[in-house]
Amino acid sequence: MIWNEEFECMAPAELKRVQSERLKKLAAYVYTNCKVYKDKFDSLGVTPDDIRSIDDIKKLPFTTKIDMRDNYPYGLFSANQKDVKEIHVSSGTTGNPTLVGYTRDDLKLWSEVMARSLACAGAEPGDTIQNAYGYGLFTGGLGVHYGGIEMGLRVIPMSSGQTQRQLKIMQDFKPKILTCTPSYALYMAEEAKELGIDPKKGNWKIGVFGAEPWTEKMRGEIEAAWNMLATDVYGLSEIIGPGVAQECPHKNGLHTYSDVFYPEIINADSGEPVAEGEDGELVITTLTKQAIPLIRYRTRDVVSICYGKCKCGRTSPRISKIKGRTDDMIVVRGINVFPSQIEHVLLGIDGTEPYYQIIVDRQQHQLDEVEVLVEVNSKMFSDEVKKLEELRRKIKKEISAVLSISAKITLVEPKTIERSVGKAKRVIDKRQM
Amino acid sequence: MKIKQISIFLENRKGRLYDVCSLLGQKDINIRALNVAETESFGILRIVVNKPDIAAKVLKDAGVVANVTDVIAVEVEDRPGGLADILKALADEDVNIEYMYGFVEKASDKALMVLRFDDADKAVKALQKHKIKIVTEQGVREL
Repeated sequence: MIWNEEFECMAPAELKRVQSERLKKLAAYVYTNCKVYKDKFDSLGVTPDDIRSIDDIKKLPFTTKIDMRDNYPYGLFSANQKDVKEIHVSSGTTGNPTLVGYTRDDLKLWSEVMARSLACAGAEPGDTIQNAYGYGLFTGGLGVHYGGIEMGLRVIPMSSGQTQRQLKIMQDFKPKILTCTPSYALYMAEEAKELGIDPKKGNWKIGVFGAEPWTEKMRGEIEAAWNMLATDVYGLSEIIGPGVAQECPHKNGLHTYSDVFYPEIINADSGEPVAEGEDGELVITTLTKQAIPLIRYRTRDVVSICYGKCKCGRTSPRISKIKGRTDDMIVVRGINVFPSQIEHVLLGIDGTEPYYQIIVDRQQHQLDEVEVLVEVNSKMFSDEVKKLEELRRKIKKEISAVLSISAKITLVEPKTIERSVGKAKRVIDKRQM
Repeated sequence: MKIKQISIFLENRKGRLYDVCSLLGQKDINIRALNVAETESFGILRIVVNKPDIAAKVLKDAGVVANVTDVIAVEVEDRPGGLADILKALADEDVNIEYMYGFVEKASDKALMVLRFDDADKAVKALQKHKIKIVTEQGVREL
């Protein structure tokens, strides 16, 4: 079903009129209520009056994760904190997380776009959904939860982990929809088989998988293991969380909701738009958000876009699966990891130097493992095993706390980390996807 | 009374111990006592050599992580209970041993042990009080 036919199937000219109206209002709103944006506009010599249509969006400044970090925690908010009803955080590039907030209307918007997404995947009111995205500060769990309730699903708020319990619940309540990271779906299927449970047995119809990159090969494996249609959902907490774009059963790109999240695809170096179908960085403007609306937010995700109408009837543009990143962020178990976070931790520990390498690996149908190699220097070194082990544990504890994932720490000899043209290669991704 | 021990960080990788020993051999440095402490992911090689200052420099120049630490070498009666006597003396004086290991050579009919204390000065006093013979730097060189 199409959850909001009016907007999802709107004629392009009418959609453009809506987007233009919303952008005008947004420009005035952030200019008046957010000093960071006022300064950004002023330095480019743009005023809200210069924005007459959605095409004028090119006149507006970009927003980056650096802006979020530099203005942590509340600098990018346009709403008063007393009107903020919920906050979430995701990974930051250094010590501080990235904070986002929602007014009551923002939460309604989140429910709406997530309801659109679940319906787009093929959910019908009355279906039962096992939501195995993590609940808590991570936006995945609650975003899907709100959308499920909005569209009239029976939601099992499972959260991530506790695999045996997940399997018991799904055997007992026979959900039709599974939501989690694609690697966790494969892991659960593997665990089920080990326990003598056939994951295909059940009432499965669709899976809504996201929060990490995955391939068509993984899709095939998930569909075969669970006997369900596996669809891709895209989102990021800076924009709203999950519910920014979603595949329909035609699996021909992810439908955006451009009446509320306006997408542009740009050349990451020049900032200029690229042609339809060409790869570029996805940039999103939240046209109607209140608490922390973002103008031309650089997602750093590389996609291509297609403006043609889909066989499902939706007119809103479709983006491809994520093809890469324009920064060095990696996604591990659905969590965004920036190498700079690890550097920040090492610089904060006495004696350590920021010479490190991150190795990410995933055995077939298992969960991601992170190992951080840290070069030992004579300041950190001790002739006593217990002192070195103490240091290793301290590094492990701090890195695991900052990344929210348990990392294995291995101390290595200096210069063992390959330096290419003076610059160390920070991430080695060995994952087979 | 203290002697210099060189401790070296070793990754758990094939050939690392060989690399270090061969480097010292080339520079005509003789290992008098040796011990390897190992963990799951790394090892610590501890050595007492005839020329500790040169050895430390050679290792550093080769990019090896190495530190110089003070340890104490003592003569141990080569008979049942010889080591136990020394340990009892240290325990009586409330001196804590971090780790210990034996020398390759013997001094006449006595065995030699290297001991690492958290408080080396206190250990020296305790050993002297119990008339336990401490081997000097000079003694190590002349072995």
